[in-house]
Amino acid sequence: MTADIHNWVQIGSLEDIPQEGARCVKNGDMTIAVFRTASDDVYALEDKCPHRNGPLSQGIVHDGCVTCPLHNWVISLETGTAQGADEGQTLAFPVRLEDGRVLIDLSYSHQAV
Amino acid sequence: MTKKKLVIVGNGMAPGRMLEHLFDKDKDAYDVTIFNAEPRVNYNRLMLSPVLSGEKTYEDIITHGDTWYAENGIRLHKSSRISEIDRTGKTVTSENGVTASYDKLVIATGSSPFIIPLPGKDLEGVLTYRDLDDVDRMLAAARGGGRAVVIGGGLLGLEAAAGLKQQGMDVTVLHLMPTLMERQLDPAAGFLLEEEFKSRGIDVLTRANSHEIVDDGTGKVKAIRLDDGTEIEASIVVMAVGIRPSADLARSAGLETNRGILVGDDMRTSDKDIFALGECVEHRGLCYGLVAPLYEMAEVIADNLLEGASEYTGSVTATKLKVTGVDLYSAGDFAEGEDREEIVLRDAAAGVYKRLVLKDNTIIGAVLYGETADGPWFFDLLKKETDVSEMRETLIFGQAYQGGAPLDPTVAVAALPDDAEICGCNGICKGKIVTAIKDKGLSDLDGVRAHTKASASCGTCTGLVEQLMQVTLGDAYNPAAVTPMCGCTHLGHDDVRRLIVSKELKSIPSVMQELEWTTSGGCAKCRPALNYYLVSDWPDEYADDYQSRFINERVHANIQKDGTYSVVPRMWGGMTSSDELRAIADVVDKFDIPAVKCTGGQRIDMLGVKKEDLPAVWEDLGKAGFVSGQAYAKGLRTVKTCVGSDWCRFGTQDSTGLGIKLEKFMWGSWTPAKLKLAVSGCPRNCSEATCKDIGIICVESGYEIHYAGAAGLEIQGTVVLGLVSSEEEVIEYVSALTQMYREQGRYLERIYKWAKRIGHDEIRSQIMDDADKRKAYFERFVFSQKFAQVDPWSERVSGKDKHEFNPMAVLQAEAAE
Ligand code: SRM
Ligand SMILES: Cc1cc2nc3c(=O)[nH]c(=O)nc-3n(C[C@H](O)[C@H](O)[C@H](O)COP(=O)(O)OP(=O)(O)OC[C@H]3O[C@@H](n4cnc5c(N)ncnc54)[C@H](O)[C@@H]3O)c2cc1C
Ligand code: SF4
Ligand code: FES
Repeated sequence: MTADIHNWVQIGSLEDIPQEGARCVKNGDMTIAVFRTASDDVYALEDKCPHRNGPLSQGIVHDGCVTCPLHNWVISLETGTAQGADEGQTLAFPVRLEDGRVLIDLSYSHQAV
Repeated sequence: MTKKKLVIVGNGMAPGRMLEHLFDKDKDAYDVTIFNAEPRVNYNRLMLSPVLSGEKTYEDIITHGDTWYAENGIRLHKSSRISEIDRTGKTVTSENGVTASYDKLVIATGSSPFIIPLPGKDLEGVLTYRDLDDVDRMLAAARGGGRAVVIGGGLLGLEAAAGLKQQGMDVTVLHLMPTLMERQLDPAAGFLLEEEFKSRGIDVLTRANSHEIVDDGTGKVKAIRLDDGTEIEASIVVMAVGIRPSADLARSAGLETNRGILVGDDMRTSDKDIFALGECVEHRGLCYGLVAPLYEMAEVIADNLLEGASEYTGSVTATKLKVTGVDLYSAGDFAEGEDREEIVLRDAAAGVYKRLVLKDNTIIGAVLYGETADGPWFFDLLKKETDVSEMRETLIFGQAYQGGAPLDPTVAVAALPDDAEICGCNGICKGKIVTAIKDKGLSDLDGVRAHTKASASCGTCTGLVEQLMQVTLGDAYNPAAVTPMCGCTHLGHDDVRRLIVSKELKSIPSVMQELEWTTSGGCAKCRPALNYYLVSDWPDEYADDYQSRFINERVHANIQKDGTYSVVPRMWGGMTSSDELRAIADVVDKFDIPAVKCTGGQRIDMLGVKKEDLPAVWEDLGKAGFVSGQAYAKGLRTVKTCVGSDWCRFGTQDSTGLGIKLEKFMWGSWTPAKLKLAVSGCPRNCSEATCKDIGIICVESGYEIHYAGAAGLEIQGTVVLGLVSSEEEVIEYVSALTQMYREQGRYLERIYKWAKRIGHDEIRSQIMDDADKRKAYFERFVFSQKFAQVDPWSERVSGKDKHEFNPMAVLQAEAAE
């Protein structure tokens, strides 16, 4: 329904995020974790583990996933789904990289509820 | 019939190829005129690097010599740069005053090197790398010797660096990104490349941000200064940081341009009589910097010049680095992603690394290092989007392995007759081994050796025996009795530790390469372990990889269930003072810290601190003299003490003082798992020393050193290591024991588990009985403490990792509902 509405917001540049690391973006009450992989792909997830709301931004980034710092669930950076036997999903935001600038599509935050 | 007039601006590789196609199809269709800003015929630009390195000469790389132009009736204006296109009158005019009229025009102006707008960029000795004149300038500079600084660790920069080195210059490559050629290579391959360059004596600085090129006072280059203040002397600076399509001419003629000259699939610009070709083009949003796509464009234009209807639909590109002795190939997209699978092959002995990225059973990316013969084959599968599910298992081994006999060796063993000999030394045949496995219920290699003697002598048949066990036992057989560290390797922790030392591996990527990790970047299990092993084994050389640390060790505080942190400063030996308590009280008030608690480790915990506040909290604590208590570390935690002989009526020694000395001596050290100490003043043991990793019980005659206790998940009383008579000895023995554990322990293995594995006798004999060994351990501990005893809090207060503690952006609250 909202598939065609995009709300791209520039949040900073690629250099702002450490490789294999993450930074946070505050969007009102919501915190969004923005991850950068070893190969410089950037992903954005709501900073809330589907297990017990652990801050995913604080986890270890590896293989296109992040391991939650609280109880080690492994969450896909691209889709926000828990891997392996665990079940759950956190909100994933589309990300675009343009000339080193990072943009995320916030229209997706509306689909959350 | 008069011939139509074709004019070409630029005489590079692309139009040369276009003319070959055109003449193949129709030699007489056009009267051709070419303008070239360079004073020469068409040559193979790709081969400039061999000219620079001295492996080829200019004559060797000419594509079309003067006679070719004469034979084909082409007018070539050398040294003639076109400065104007008159689209109404259909003419072009050069800077040196030559005008030519056209029916069809092809703009093929290529691209120009990007110059970083640094102070000093116009100094004499600042060069670019694009054409033969640049090569001549570099060769002239090389004759004068000195150091060349190459800015840019991409394809061009590295080729220039290798060439200049071969010409006898000292060379430094400065690269902004963490790994070389990051656009074409994944970090692992980039790392190998960096090592290769370093081994050739070329200095490589990654994450190097140039700040200024320094004038020697006469308008010439003297040095280059980086953002961090480092200055590198330089007699030339070569900028190879990228290229920019040369679209200005087209832009001033009113053609539609963006980054490059915009063309449709027919390669026409916004003027139907004008085509654009080569690197100056922007097609479907892409500008290319490699020849393969340009050649495809050339063919399309040749056909459309002859009223054809060819279309160019874009290209996927592959890159090879042309530095003699370096084999490197990359193609397509090699980013990680959940919908992607990767196949990695590492052959450390041969220096080979290969990685294929698959999506929906097709290859979408390939990186090959060390052995690139299969590059074109992979690239072909990639371009054709061939379904590779049938050959998945053997795909990475290359084309030679496709088809033919199945590779699974167990199939071959299963097919052997019962009387086939397996173990030559002992004359054991297959039937005997199979019977023994079944009848005696053997499940491991040692069992088979014990019962049959097979593989018990020279051992060359071990592989065969294992395959036989596999065939006989199926899934019940677990070939490696060692448990691998994680899914990324078949090696266990001990093997990895041993190999890190014996092969002198000093970084995570080199461990993964040399030990043939099966994933490209490891996982959350192996990375922290490798990081610890490297910190422990190379304390002075290894640069801690903080992204491989668990969050607590990364930010030096303990994460709590709600994402806040707890802060525990050291209180040496559990002693504190009114000043310290006041400082803590002030911090608690100032930062509105919701909970303060005495820990089980004799110190104070402030719980619920917001992450953003951490540096400010530490700053205030630091001013009061506090350092981090490392309550989060796989490292030295607390040293609990009791009041001892200072106050207690039973105290035999100064247990408090000794505890403080131990804590001050040992703080900061990283260990395989947490390490907790305690010193009790007498056997009443009020500091609970007999359930600690290392505990000291003071007695009249000296100090009893205990170790291997725990009181967590398992309750474990300590065992006695031995009795010593002075505080100095306690420090030496305890440090030596700790160092032995640091060098041998598996990551997350507490001292009691390590001791169970190694044996208490072994530990006692090395620490208590062998003074040389003990002293050597002690010295290694002291050495590593030189690098470990840096208070992480004060480091962060002074700005380290500051990005960790601030949000990257705060957006409007409006989108929050
Ligand atoms: C704060 C404290 C509890 C308290 O309020 O007193 C505490 C808190 C935690 N302990 Fe503990 N332990 C604390 C003393 C102990 C003690 C008592 C002691 O040291 O004398 C023990 C038993 C002794 C021992 O270690 O054998 C203890 C045995 C454990 C264990 C079990 C370890 C084991 O190998 O069996 C864990 C789990 C682990 O480490 O994997 C653990 C883990 C934890 C963690 C780190 C849980 C976690 O992973 O997040 C808790 C962190 C809370 C925080 O953020 O501060 N804590 N923990 C104590 C801090 C001591 C300090 O000043 O540094
Ligand atoms: C050192 C080096 C190594 C390379 N290695 C590789 C490699 O390994 N693989 C690969 O695929 N590619 C490689 N390339 C890139 C490849 O050479 C280029 O993609 C290719 O040469 C571009 O062809 P082109 O015809 O578009 O432009 P160019 O070959 O650059 O030709 C453009 C020509 O137009 C002239 N010109 C510009 N403006 C005007 C004007 N207004 N009037 C008249 N003339 C003008 C220029 O002087 C130049 O001679 C390399 C490039 C360099 C510099
Ligand atoms: S005992 Fe359990 S709940 Fe209490 S601090 Fe230790 S780990 Fe946390
Ligand atoms: S909250 Fe993430 S694993 Fe429990």
